[in-house]
Amino acid sequence: MKEPVSNSEVAVKSALKGRRRPKLLRNLAAKIAAVPMILVALVGFVGCSVWSIFYSFTSSKSLPKERFVGFAQYERLFDSSRWQTSVENVAIYGVCSLVFSLTIGFLLAVALDQKIRFENTFRTIFLYPFALSFIVTGLVWQWLLNAEFGIAQVIRDIGFSGFEMNILSNREYAIYAIVIAGLWQGTGLVMALMLAGLRGIDQDIWKASRVDGIPAWRTYLFIVIPMMKPVFITTLVIIASGIVKVFDLVVALTAGGPGGSSELPAKYVYDYMFGRANLGQALAASTVMLITVLIILIPWAYLEFSQKRNAKHG
Amino acid sequence: MKLVRNTLAAAIAFAAIATTTPASAAELEVTHWWTSGGEAAAVKELADAFNAGGDTWKDGAIAGSAGVARPVIVSRIIGGDPMGATQLNHGRQAEELVEEGLMLDLTELAEKEGWKDIVRPASLLESCTLDGRIYCVPINIHSFQWMWISLNAYKKAGIDAPKDWNEFVASAPKLREAGITPLAVGAQTWQTNGMFGVIRLGLGGMDLFLKTDVERDSEALRSDTMAAIWEAFGEARKLDDDNNSIQNWNDATSQVINASHGAQIMGDWAQGEFQVAGQTAGVEYDCLPGLGIAPALDTGGDAFYFPKQDDPEKTAAQLRMASMMISKSVQVAFNLKKGSLPVRGDVDLSAANDCMKKGLEILKSPENIVPGGTQLFSPDTSGQLEDLLSEFWTNPDMKPEDAHDTWATIIEEAE
Repeated sequence: MKEPVSNSEVAVKSALKGRRRPKLLRNLAAKIAAVPMILVALVGFVGCSVWSIFYSFTSSKSLPKERFVGFAQYERLFDSSRWQTSVENVAIYGVCSLVFSLTIGFLLAVALDQKIRFENTFRTIFLYPFALSFIVTGLVWQWLLNAEFGIAQVIRDIGFSGFEMNILSNREYAIYAIVIAGLWQGTGLVMALMLAGLRGIDQDIWKASRVDGIPAWRTYLFIVIPMMKPVFITTLVIIASGIVKVFDLVVALTAGGPGGSSELPAKYVYDYMFGRANLGQALAASTVMLITVLIILIPWAYLEFSQKRNAKHG
Repeated sequence: MKLVRNTLAAAIAFAAIATTTPASAAELEVTHWWTSGGEAAAVKELADAFNAGGDTWKDGAIAGSAGVARPVIVSRIIGGDPMGATQLNHGRQAEELVEEGLMLDLTELAEKEGWKDIVRPASLLESCTLDGRIYCVPINIHSFQWMWISLNAYKKAGIDAPKDWNEFVASAPKLREAGITPLAVGAQTWQTNGMFGVIRLGLGGMDLFLKTDVERDSEALRSDTMAAIWEAFGEARKLDDDNNSIQNWNDATSQVINASHGAQIMGDWAQGEFQVAGQTAGVEYDCLPGLGIAPALDTGGDAFYFPKQDDPEKTAAQLRMASMMISKSVQVAFNLKKGSLPVRGDVDLSAANDCMKKGLEILKSPENIVPGGTQLFSPDTSGQLEDLLSEFWTNPDMKPEDAHDTWATIIEEAE
């Protein structure tokens, strides 16, 4: 690849007696500026990950110790019924929050995009829950879903006196309470991102589709959504990272209960690392989490970046 | 120049005075998880006594159970931000922190004040001891083996209050008829696990308990008696409320206090709640140690540890606090509020109520003393047991024999 050579660069080059500067020194200032970030990434992310994986093969208790036990921690992890429940739950939570927050978020954005009145007000209302932390969200929903005082009581007061709803104390539905609270909190952000994406669509496209007599829903589905691919990818990354790390919501809402039926992997790691003083077990669990994320992420990144390179070459 | 030199000299002299003056006051942050009504009243006794000595007690209460607070406390100590003093259940929880030299050694103070001679039972001080050095102050004796019965609830149902667990189970249908849920249980996992321990000790007796929990004998763990106990515990699941959304133990206790529930199996710390509510033992509520069958109590309890500090003044204040906590007057004042028993036998407890007196009577004979859970199992093992028991309690589809098998395996494999 040849780069265009400007006049001033020619002058610099002749001053250096025709020798090209070594590759490493080109854009030196920018590279120096990037050093702290590179160090943080290497030490903070890669270094700590390696450290975690290393100690997941030990029998460390409260403090890291180099007493190697092979795969014993992993065997125990996969035998643990609590870990199995956690994995099932994160799958339920993940699928539900991905599907519903994207769908609801997009539909809300479309609704707001119809040049309605009080758009700002609605946007604020929908986006407001996002300003609350998961802890607050959890506590709010704990009361809303309370079988005696919450929404259930409101419905009983309206007149349905036999109405009962206690998903928080039900083993099968407790995880959906977490999904509901998570959606309430996060959908507003998805809506805002989608709305920004919709506003980025050229108005001429709408005019053209109207001239061709294409119904609005088809325009959205086959023209607008494909054009919004970058927005969807950004949103996807934000939602996905939220799914993996969800922790405070379950702590505040159900504390993993009833009877461990709404446990999630991040809480497993936390409980074993601090509460139960079993660092080895906690790190084994977090390593499994990391590997799962990488399994999803690497093929995606490969696809994404190789496509771009191909596009450039083509 | 002269002026500068003089001011410098003066400044140095002043600084020297400032640092050498024996300042006998320091502020210590104390972390604990005593946040219920009765507990807060008891903590206030400690704080008042410490403040009276000229120091300052900075309260660092952490809401939630021990399971919430302990991680916060431990991570602060490991992370290099140690508090002045902290509550922990003694036994194995702090073992590693002590091994790493993060805790203040109290041996000298203990020898000077002769803790060895005054603390009873001796196991309390032994749990604070590692390699012959003492690292914590035991402050009270708590035992889990109590059942609290609402006499008001039984009056409402029109039947006699039960004298033991079997009578209680038999009375459950009558309570249901009167619209009363027989058993109050908070959803926190340690409560179910503790309750199971109490029922195990009550129905299986002391010998079996020692074999299963201390010796971890496979035969006893998988014996027919244990299978029967698991069966009974499985049946007991029906005594609980299906819609139970209560988390904290003290919320469950208040269900017993206001007679919407018949009884609760909970440690003697529940007694502080009855006191705060103005109820009297034998009138509004009754207590059955060891479920009324096996009068045995464990001698767990709380202890205070003093994480090492860089500032020698703070260290001095830590020693003052340790000495204050074990002093006679504080032991009486604190434990009366807390509903627990004092760690020293040489204090006057005439003000104690009927339930506390029952407890003292039982503790007089050493064969009634059960080693407590925190002294037997590491937090890791207790955690696994808690997971199992709370899942079993809330999941009616889980068969007693399966849970029994998992339970025995966890204890067999425990370190």
